[in-house]
Amino acid sequence: MRKIAGSLTWGPAFRVEALARGGRNLRMTQLILFNVFNGLIIGAFYALMALGLSLILNLSGVINFAHGGFLAIGAYLAFALIPHIGFWGALLVAPFLTAAIGLVVERFLIRRLYGRDPLYSLLLTFGLAFIFEDGTRYIWGPQTLPFTVPDWLNRPLSDQYFFLTGYRLFMVLLVVAVVVGLFLILNRTRLGMRIRAGTGDLETVSTLGVNVRILRTLNFGLGIFLAGLAGVLAAGMLGLQPTIGSTLIMPSFVAIIVGGLGSLPGTLLGGLLIGVASGVTGVFFPSASEAVIYVMMALVLMVRPQGLFGEEGRIQ
Amino acid sequence: MTVKDSSSKKVSRRTVLKAAATVGALQLVPPFIIKARGEEPIKFGLNDPFTGTYAELGTNEKIGCEYAIAEINRKGGILGRKVELISEDSTSADTGQAVQKARKLIQRDKVDFLLGNVNSAMALAIGQVSNEFKVLHIVTGGHTDAVTGTDCHWNVFRVCNTTRMETNSVSATLFKKYGKRFYFITPDYAFGHTLQQGFEAALKANDGTEVGASLTPLGATDYSPYLIKAQAANPDVIIFLTAGQDAVNSLKQAVQFGLNKKFHIAGAQQELEVLEGLPPEARIGTWVFEWYWNQPKVRHVKEFVAGMRKVNHGKVPTARHWFGYVAVHTCAMVANEHKTLDAVRLAKALEGFTLPPEIALMPNKVFYRAGDHQLMPDLYVGHAVEKGPVAEDLFRVDEIVKGVDAALPVEETGCKVTWPA
Amino acid sequence: MSGLDKRAANALIWLLLLTMPYWIGWIGGYTSLGSRVLVLALAAMSLNFLLGFTGVLSFGHAAYFGLGAYGAGMTIKYLLPSTPLGILVGVLVGTVAAGVVGALIVRLRGVYFAMVTIAFGQVFYFIAYRWNSVTGGDDGLSGWKRMPLDLGSAHVDILNDDKAFYFLVLICFAVAVGIMAALLRSPFGRTLLAIRENERRARFLGIPIERHIWLSWVISCLFVSLSGALYALLNNFSDPHNLHWSQSGDFVIMAVLGGMRSFWGPLIGAAIFVVLQDYLSSLTDNWQSFIGLFFVLVVLFFPRGVLGMIRRRAGP
Repeated sequence: MRKIAGSLTWGPAFRVEALARGGRNLRMTQLILFNVFNGLIIGAFYALMALGLSLILNLSGVINFAHGGFLAIGAYLAFALIPHIGFWGALLVAPFLTAAIGLVVERFLIRRLYGRDPLYSLLLTFGLAFIFEDGTRYIWGPQTLPFTVPDWLNRPLSDQYFFLTGYRLFMVLLVVAVVVGLFLILNRTRLGMRIRAGTGDLETVSTLGVNVRILRTLNFGLGIFLAGLAGVLAAGMLGLQPTIGSTLIMPSFVAIIVGGLGSLPGTLLGGLLIGVASGVTGVFFPSASEAVIYVMMALVLMVRPQGLFGEEGRIQ
Repeated sequence: MTVKDSSSKKVSRRTVLKAAATVGALQLVPPFIIKARGEEPIKFGLNDPFTGTYAELGTNEKIGCEYAIAEINRKGGILGRKVELISEDSTSADTGQAVQKARKLIQRDKVDFLLGNVNSAMALAIGQVSNEFKVLHIVTGGHTDAVTGTDCHWNVFRVCNTTRMETNSVSATLFKKYGKRFYFITPDYAFGHTLQQGFEAALKANDGTEVGASLTPLGATDYSPYLIKAQAANPDVIIFLTAGQDAVNSLKQAVQFGLNKKFHIAGAQQELEVLEGLPPEARIGTWVFEWYWNQPKVRHVKEFVAGMRKVNHGKVPTARHWFGYVAVHTCAMVANEHKTLDAVRLAKALEGFTLPPEIALMPNKVFYRAGDHQLMPDLYVGHAVEKGPVAEDLFRVDEIVKGVDAALPVEETGCKVTWPA
Repeated sequence: MSGLDKRAANALIWLLLLTMPYWIGWIGGYTSLGSRVLVLALAAMSLNFLLGFTGVLSFGHAAYFGLGAYGAGMTIKYLLPSTPLGILVGVLVGTVAAGVVGALIVRLRGVYFAMVTIAFGQVFYFIAYRWNSVTGGDDGLSGWKRMPLDLGSAHVDILNDDKAFYFLVLICFAVAVGIMAALLRSPFGRTLLAIRENERRARFLGIPIERHIWLSWVISCLFVSLSGALYALLNNFSDPHNLHWSQSGDFVIMAVLGGMRSFWGPLIGAAIFVVLQDYLSSLTDNWQSFIGLFFVLVVLFFPRGVLGMIRRRAGP
């Protein structure tokens, strides 16, 4: 208990200390604000991963527990490509390669599970996650690999904006671009329209003559593309080793639940919310910053189970 | 009846002759039987993670063990018998699995010596198992102080350092060169807590100040809240107590925040595996290494490194390889010296046992302390460098501190070794 | 399967379990492996009381498993070095916690129920981690061991005698399994099956659904906490991982692997899971790939689990 007390009471004491030494005069409100900012950025990253998961879940009713594994594959592929086509080339190519692997997985494995209890997709992808973790360890080894990002991203924005780094800003801009792109695809293209329709009522869409099989495959590929992209981004911030995706999978599910099953804007918001919650908790109760998202999820589920934007009766 | 009598007498004589012949023959057989028993190899059981977050560290310890066993077999093995390694994956998180594997090694495979584990919780759990079955157990890389402290056992010895040894060895350098105001980034488990306590004790004794601390969850992905706070507290040194993956994550992000340009970054334990996993610009800070491969002035090290490169994909050995290497040789030496495999006698012999220089591979005397069974090696205080003349030379050793000088006295470790009746 | 076949199968299973310490050596095993199989089988069967027979998926059962484990360990370490008391306290703690949590979540269904069980599970996990002065935190609860049983006239050394401990586990297993089987055969059990088959219809029949689900949940968690207490005694150790969602996932896998719809299915699933993993991880460091492949194959080709496959072969 002493440790908890310790991290809670440093507030007033250090402020005086810092002021006395002419150090940075940081009030509690400023600190919270900075952490809200960073929380939004990390939340954007969670949202990216959760969006891919949500796409797959909404249309096909498949719980993709291998999403973290696809993230790792994206990261490793980028690492392999960087010496040949540079960071920006790898950023572009790796997600597509990962999506290609996703398409193969969908065609031969996931496709057989449509119409069945989501529990089976959960178990199959659980097994797949094992295979991916072991596979990446077998190919690249258990050691952490040094993943380099361009130098000019590797520093804080400025002295004034010392709490934002170039890399994080780049990350959030990229996620914004991707979300806008996703929105455009879903609302302005025929594929997107079919996906949205299929999410509502796949049977009717099928009777209207749409090739549901190809639709599901492309949708899965799109979701995995997002996972691969998240992987490249993660490798810039975290150590690259086979378990890089495994701690990120559960927060993605939490984001989906908090935002509401079946709603992509909800997933986006859910991701941002858990990022901010995590960041702000880091100020007051740092050791709980990972656990707080579960408290949030429990509260949401007990008070408003369908989440912020979810529809009642979705995926029972 | 008479016929039977005569035949039974004949049989009995024949039987006696047969018996005599058999007894005579048996006199010649014993050496063959003993030799057959002697063909059974001496077994080391390594219980370490080869999958999950700690896979790299466990695998490196295994390679060190295998190298040591090859050396021992070339020189005739232990007590004239060949030596063999049985490794079992304890996984990185499932302690129940680790305990089960320890039982498997001891009960089914009947290993003579138990080695492991990298994970502190598992080291403690399997220490209880080895104690239950009275098997000599060398903890290779599990750092929690309790292993040679409150949870010490007569049959358990440890190669890697305690947290107090690490903090005491580096704090003097930090005070001298960089200042006495520390901010801690502490991972929330016993290893992190005791490291922080160690530094706090050093601060107190030297008029230093702790300007703040952040307890970070183990396996945290985003360190920004703690790094921002650290910056705002304006310390002289930001102390990163994170290890393994957490160290890679926290340092990578610290450099992105430009913290290394404004404050000095330091910590206690650091490993070559971490420095190799960091992008070059993040290879910064003042740290303690538990063994380092580039020691031009110490005899035998160059041969060891060259030999290990051959079995380690051409890469230099790290402290983890050294832990495995020392653990195996420790058992082999003391068994050969005292010509026994009895755990109690070997354990008693290990108290105060000094490693010969070709095993110690360190400048000063390296020995197992009697009171707590903790190895007293040298500690290498130095700083990380982006790259050296050789690709893997990522650490510059500034000072060597004797472990025995940095360690807590036995009375303060909380260890009370009780021997079996 | 005819009644005679069923009784023969039951008899065979009990015979195998009773004699396990004597034949397990022949297949390259060891008695404590058998104990581990039995303990985890009990956990999987307890979960299946809820999953297979009531139709409710929980992904947070490990929380009560872990509470049982810590309850037993902390009792022996801090309160009284008595094994029966440890088991009792472990079961009590797990059951009371389950009762409280159950009351809060019983309105939810499907994936929402599953996710909220994860949320509560992770909160308990965090508490076990953080309250390290009492639980030992990440280092785990060590420095205690299962105490020999003093039954007046007999002194059973379950600490040093593996076989003795196995039979203690078997007795607990038998009692638990017997109660569960009796409950399932009773009108209460029939009601649970009705709820599993069609909840809406059951509700129209006037069955108090929430109360039945709560009861099923509490019974299930009671026996899972019993298995948790036994698990702690098996290892002379308890640590936060016992409460993690990945441990819950293992129980679900065992139940589905063996066959959710059959009573003994989870026992078979646990046996395969534990023994296969033990055997494969000794052979190769790439055991994860093989286990993953095994899951994938079972889900694709034996969705009714191993026992389901055997049943189908045996005929209608």
